[in-house]
Amino acid sequence: MDNPISHAGDFFGDNSPESTKMLGRSLFDRTLTALCIGLSFLALVPLGSILYLVAKNGLPLLDWSVFTQLPPAAGMTGGGFGNAVVGTLTMVGLALALSAPPAVLAAVYICEYHPKSRLSDGVRFTAKLLTGVPSIICGVFAFAAVVLATGKFSAFAGAVALAVLMLPTILLTSEQALLGVQKAYREASYGLGATRFQTIFRVVLPDAMPAIMTGIMLAVARAAGETAPLVFTALFSQFWMGSLMEPTASLSVLIYNFSTMPFEHQVKMAWTASLVLVFLVTATNVTAQLVFSKKH
Amino acid sequence: MRIIPSVVAAALTAAVSVQAQQLSGAGATFPAPLYQRWSVEYNKQVPAIQVNYQSVGSGAGVKNFLQGVVDFGASDAAMTDAEIAKSPRGAVMIPATAGSVVLAYNLPDIKNLRLSRAALVGIFLGKITKWNDPAIVECNPGTPLPPTAINVAFRSDGSGTTFVFTQHLAAISPEFDEEVGADKSVVFPVGIGGKGNEGVTALVKQTPGTIGYVEFGYAEQNGLSCAAIENKSGQFVAPTAESGAAALASVELPENLRAWPVDPAAPGAYPITTFTWLLLYKKYDDAAKLKALKDFVTYGLTEGQSLATQLGYIPLPEAVVAKANAALGTVE
Amino acid sequence: MAVPAAAANDPISAPVRTGPDYFLWLCRAASLAAIFVLGWIFWEIFQEALPALEEFGASFLSGASWQPNRDRYGVLPFLVGTVATALIALLIALPPGLAIAIFLSEDFLPLPARQFVRFVVELLAAIPSVVYGLWGIFVVIPIIQQVGTWCAERFPDVPFLAGPAYGNSLLTASVVLALMILPTITAISRSSLVAVPRTLREGAYALGATRWETIFGVILPTAAPGVVAATILALGRAMGETMAVAMLIGNSSRLSWSLFAPSGTLASLLANQFGEAEGMQVAALMYAALVLVALTLAVNFAGEAVLRYTEKRTAGIR
Repeated sequence: MDNPISHAGDFFGDNSPESTKMLGRSLFDRTLTALCIGLSFLALVPLGSILYLVAKNGLPLLDWSVFTQLPPAAGMTGGGFGNAVVGTLTMVGLALALSAPPAVLAAVYICEYHPKSRLSDGVRFTAKLLTGVPSIICGVFAFAAVVLATGKFSAFAGAVALAVLMLPTILLTSEQALLGVQKAYREASYGLGATRFQTIFRVVLPDAMPAIMTGIMLAVARAAGETAPLVFTALFSQFWMGSLMEPTASLSVLIYNFSTMPFEHQVKMAWTASLVLVFLVTATNVTAQLVFSKKH
Repeated sequence: MRIIPSVVAAALTAAVSVQAQQLSGAGATFPAPLYQRWSVEYNKQVPAIQVNYQSVGSGAGVKNFLQGVVDFGASDAAMTDAEIAKSPRGAVMIPATAGSVVLAYNLPDIKNLRLSRAALVGIFLGKITKWNDPAIVECNPGTPLPPTAINVAFRSDGSGTTFVFTQHLAAISPEFDEEVGADKSVVFPVGIGGKGNEGVTALVKQTPGTIGYVEFGYAEQNGLSCAAIENKSGQFVAPTAESGAAALASVELPENLRAWPVDPAAPGAYPITTFTWLLLYKKYDDAAKLKALKDFVTYGLTEGQSLATQLGYIPLPEAVVAKANAALGTVE
Repeated sequence: MAVPAAAANDPISAPVRTGPDYFLWLCRAASLAAIFVLGWIFWEIFQEALPALEEFGASFLSGASWQPNRDRYGVLPFLVGTVATALIALLIALPPGLAIAIFLSEDFLPLPARQFVRFVVELLAAIPSVVYGLWGIFVVIPIIQQVGTWCAERFPDVPFLAGPAYGNSLLTASVVLALMILPTITAISRSSLVAVPRTLREGAYALGATRWETIFGVILPTAAPGVVAATILALGRAMGETMAVAMLIGNSSRLSWSLFAPSGTLASLLANQFGEAEGMQVAALMYAALVLVALTLAVNFAGEAVLRYTEKRTAGIR
């Protein structure tokens, strides 16, 4: 977009009576622009500080062996957290598979079908109700719903806890994404004789996809870093994952365990695991954005 | 999400690989590093047995044990008789290791702080607020105590450490018992709360003039100065593995193996020391699981004890190991 | 937000086609499933909280002491702490969060620079909360402690700044929370800013509006529902955050006016005590969770009120 200020200036000319007012408006504009850019970069300072801290403490132990070896118990050195990486990928992936489709479909229902129906109000109400619930509650729920029912801690229970954590976020951001799709698109689609299903699938969802992905990524990022829901559902394991129905290691629980130990090596390993976790989430995010921006 | 198919595939491939005998346990945070170490070491000896232990807290550990979702539990506060009565498969409490709670402080120039019973209680009741209070000066003759304020740091999360610490204070001071009481989470009239041992350690390290209670292993690994505490016989005892063992040896364990050296009178005994327990069911349906569990606990009670000192725990006295082994024999 | 949903997409008279709409049934099933699961969670909390609800009733809210060993439970200090930390965090995070969202949706700087900023802000979302807690301990606490001591000396009579100043304080937790919710505010606001039709912007320019007049007069009001939704999600996140807050806030149940005094929040209370809780304490903690849910609900209603007000004011544009 061209800068409208310069156009306006040219149009009115410098000797127009409007010029002083124009100057004021232009100054106001420039100040705000500077402020906006300034604030944006200011926010990068603490982030830089966090990343520096993580990198400084995490890099020394980072090499390939952390992905292939098992966690070192207290007092041992070496080792890695390969099983926790596998566990986190599995549980977050499974949680995403469990939560994203229903969340997006429910959002489609409350936006595209019957925005004013009782059911839609109910969905919105419950989803909002649970945005502020601490993640530990999701763990308590999954414990009651899955662990007690199956009689054991498992990766599956962990995935359910994370799915529940992600559901409201994905649902509400998808609703916003769908609301952002212009009405004209839908009208045009109907005008061309498309059914509602075709309109939703070919026009509305593709247009809303980048915004939906933003919500999904926020949910994934949060889920990957949460400890409390997993401690009470997936527990932890010192060993490689054998099946979905057994206690499973995860990066977040490993970080929690190791950062609370008095041993220097474990604390360092916790930093390295944090670094890997941040990298994994970011890599997923970037990949998802590349895939979806190409399609669109 | 491209990762899902590959992950699912990986999970399925792993699922068909050999299944080891798995045991899972959950509970107390304090002994978790030791139990996890046992698990890894034991797995090296017997690769067919994998023990998973995760710290979820003693309270949650007992709950999980009663709900039957674990193969064994662990608790710093053992189990009450009421809780045992609720267990459909019975319960056997086995002391597995022990530890001391130490008073870590940050006074840069003072290495050998001594605290009398009155001074200790006074600090944690908020009655003694300056380091040069007569009650502290009295038991530290010749030490130049600064006229600065005392910052108190306590555990904000519910913990066995708080339980043991307040239990001792309540035992030596009726006033403390009245005002604060003993529990896993209590409200101290002064100070700020840190989450976990690492939280309290950070508070102590960050601000000169701070005193807080942490587990012995934590203070040891972090090089914190620890106060010598007056015990029942009037001696000032520094926390060491020996002084902790002396406290443990002074307790006569009852039949259910649940006892605390609340205020040991034995000479050289460090006054704030406790056991921590493994919780086993009385009956197991799966014979293979039972055998694996018994073997693992036996390993912990014998070879495993040698790892305790290295990690900042106190190895169990011989007599206690013998009783624990006998109790393990009653599990069927 | 219920209101804009209705306003923006009144179902357009759907074209008539033969056959049942299976997709509608699928969506309806998904909605029911979502309600079912979320309602189930609510029910679970409620059931566990029931003993405490019956025992303490409303005095739970006004009680100022939380003593598990005496079975005395009052959440007032934690309620105050929750509201205070979340609001201060929002106050700190909203201006830069919105500024970044605007920055990302406008063309002040070339695309690569914007993409860099966006990437960096999304990195913030990926950092686990334990790491935020550790960062707070190492970086924020020393700074706040110094600032607090300075303030306490300069303004001993201002209750908000009164000493003694602690590093583990309400303000420390708020600052770290602000950073944690920044990505939520930015990402969702950006999505809705980008979704504002070009035609609206071009119309405003054509009428002679400057860039910022357009942003304030047209773009922000049009994107308001999204911005409000972002704010509410962020506030919910701030109120529900457990680990980082528990590591930083000092976990005190004493009420204090000072920003530099240790405090506590409902969520951090849960994180601190849930693992070791027994009996009535579990019920009391679940009651605290219910209070938090009620608080979230209040925030949502407030958000909708704000939205309705903005809509009335910008009715001409929409």
